[in-house]
Amino acid sequence: MRNYPDSSDTVYFFGTCLVDAVFPEAGLAAIRLLKRLGVKVVFPQGQSCCGQPAYNAGFPDEARLAARQQLRIFRKPLPIVVPSGSCAGMMRRHYPELFAGHALATQVEQFVERVFELSEYLVRVQRVRLTDRGEPLTVTWHSSCHALREMQVTEDAKALIRQLRNVQLVPLQREDECCGFGGTFAVKQPAISAAMVQDKIADIRQTRAARVISGDCGCLMNITGAMAKQGVAVKGQHIAEFIWERING
Amino acid sequence: MDRGNGFDFQGNVGKALADRRLRGNLQSAMATLRTKRQAVFVDPAELEALRLVGQAIKQRALAQLPDLLRRLEENCTRNGMHVHWAETTANANRIVLEIVRQHGARQMVKGKSMVSEEMHLNRFLEENGITCLETDLGEFIVQLAGETPSHIIVPAIHKNKDEIARLFQRKIPGAPYTEAVEELNAIARKTLREKFFQSEIGLSGVNFAVAETGTLCLVENEGNGRMCTTVPPVHIAVMGLEKVIERLSDLPPLLRLLTGSATGQLITTYVNLISSPRREGEKDGPSEVHLLILDNGRSRIFADPVFRQTLQCIRCGTCLNHCPVYTRIGGHAYGFVYPGPIGKILTPQMEGVQTAGELAMASSLCNACEEVCPVKIPIPALLRRLRQRFAETPHGSALARHLLLERWIWKGWALVNRIAWLNALVTRLTAALAPHLTAAGPLKAWCQVRRAPEFAPRSLHRQVLSEEGVENE
Repeated sequence: MRNYPDSSDTVYFFGTCLVDAVFPEAGLAAIRLLKRLGVKVVFPQGQSCCGQPAYNAGFPDEARLAARQQLRIFRKPLPIVVPSGSCAGMMRRHYPELFAGHALATQVEQFVERVFELSEYLVRVQRVRLTDRGEPLTVTWHSSCHALREMQVTEDAKALIRQLRNVQLVPLQREDECCGFGGTFAVKQPAISAAMVQDKIADIRQTRAARVISGDCGCLMNITGAMAKQGVAVKGQHIAEFIWERING
Repeated sequence: MDRGNGFDFQGNVGKALADRRLRGNLQSAMATLRTKRQAVFVDPAELEALRLVGQAIKQRALAQLPDLLRRLEENCTRNGMHVHWAETTANANRIVLEIVRQHGARQMVKGKSMVSEEMHLNRFLEENGITCLETDLGEFIVQLAGETPSHIIVPAIHKNKDEIARLFQRKIPGAPYTEAVEELNAIARKTLREKFFQSEIGLSGVNFAVAETGTLCLVENEGNGRMCTTVPPVHIAVMGLEKVIERLSDLPPLLRLLTGSATGQLITTYVNLISSPRREGEKDGPSEVHLLILDNGRSRIFADPVFRQTLQCIRCGTCLNHCPVYTRIGGHAYGFVYPGPIGKILTPQMEGVQTAGELAMASSLCNACEEVCPVKIPIPALLRRLRQRFAETPHGSALARHLLLERWIWKGWALVNRIAWLNALVTRLTAALAPHLTAAGPLKAWCQVRRAPEFAPRSLHRQVLSEEGVENE
């Protein structure tokens, strides 16, 4: 269990490359949520990708170059809030290995202590209390593997959803199973990935939920992309966007 | 199954995924095994403490591996066993054949052993006119079907009851068609029983070999293992050299981890500790015990301090049971002896990345295997390391050209991610071009079962510029 600061009034926001290009509304919702809590948000324009795609593909040198950019850009001793368990996991769990024995190793040690996944930050540092202003709704929750196993923050995300009075959370039968995204895995092993996402969709459908909520846009892009192709009318939404929508009614 | 050069992973995957019955069998069998494991490891804190102990025992053994192997040999020899060393599977097969020939044997019985699968021992013996009968029920089924095991612990898991019923009826003279598990068991037992008494040689694997006492530990649930190791006059035990542990007191935690992880049992029905051939005055046991220690690439794995962790494996198979990829494609698709996550790290190291490196790509890095591994092998980290090695190894194939292209793509990607204006430009270009790129490459693969990603007209970078109250740096 990590130690959390009592509070913080200014944070860095690391948008992640996927939110940047495909799901900016999730990033904006997260920023607005933070602002609503009275937190000042700093968005460094020089930020890019955490490096995970190259790292997982077996290209650590290239991953290190991308990672160094973030080390340089997020330099001030502020918490770094990340709306993704996977990208936060890359930074917090894998940067130390990526920079082991490197001149930047000490800097990395301090850097990783500042990385927080969004739900984790909202629950553990800000201890938010949400007021639900939305209509009654049934949702299900999808845990990204890295939010679950690297950051261990999926309970925080579900705790946020449970704070919403009019929202019923129906769990998936195999909540801890991968949706088949896995970054480049989805395009390098398309057949296996397809079988995995189809099983995930079947699991989502049996909950009869109207929406599937997740803290990771990679999973969402995979799941909603496959649901759209199959004509499944379940909406996928990032947890930041979902909460922002609920508290504003 | 053709191995090595004929390995066509994508072809295997396609066939496996198209087999609806296989997927059904695997889904339900793996779910059962996962549930049983959960039922014995109820306290996460206790499990974590036990896993740390298991990891420490195996790491302590590996840290002094050459010395422990020497001590194992000494103590086994002192106990009256014969110890043999084999660098390759070919050497190992020849050693077994020599022992068989010394005794003029024509027939042998065999308990479950993955190392003997590495050796393709059955095929080798058959080519030399010797019949080797599998006596573990799952292995017996697989042998009858002319197949190979598809799982380390439950070798016939890819088959369901009616497939086995039909197989028995077709292959065992006089066997009636029955789907009753007890009756199927009885048919197998009757067939096997006679063979135990007719065979001059019994062969088994080894779960743990204790260096300080020269003891071989073998766990099983059917009693066939004990029959193989006690009824025939000669017992040959085969083991990979990583199976050695230092002390007898190391055994209990490892056994608890092994059986709990493998089958969700607190202890197996049979726990065999073999320390010598039959001594004077003893009523049973073989008159000769041979221990065959196989390397087959293990010392090469051992030489790398990071990859060495692969050798911590106690072959419980729980990483298979928890793997979303294994659960969908089954063991045969992996093309070699060891399937699932452990196979993905072990096979490319044993066979070389040129031959089997592709297996390391077949993971979404979901970390489920690492989470359950009883000896805490960092399988995802080793997969990434193998991918790196794969990318650095020259191949003479289409895959090689692909990897070269991929290297340049990542180099370009790294550059883009360091230069803010270039990153902004590429994000815009991607958004503009993506809709026109769905006919080829990664987007084509993506779009087979998914809608193309909808890139935003304005990136988050651009949108926050006009967002009030955000400090842009």
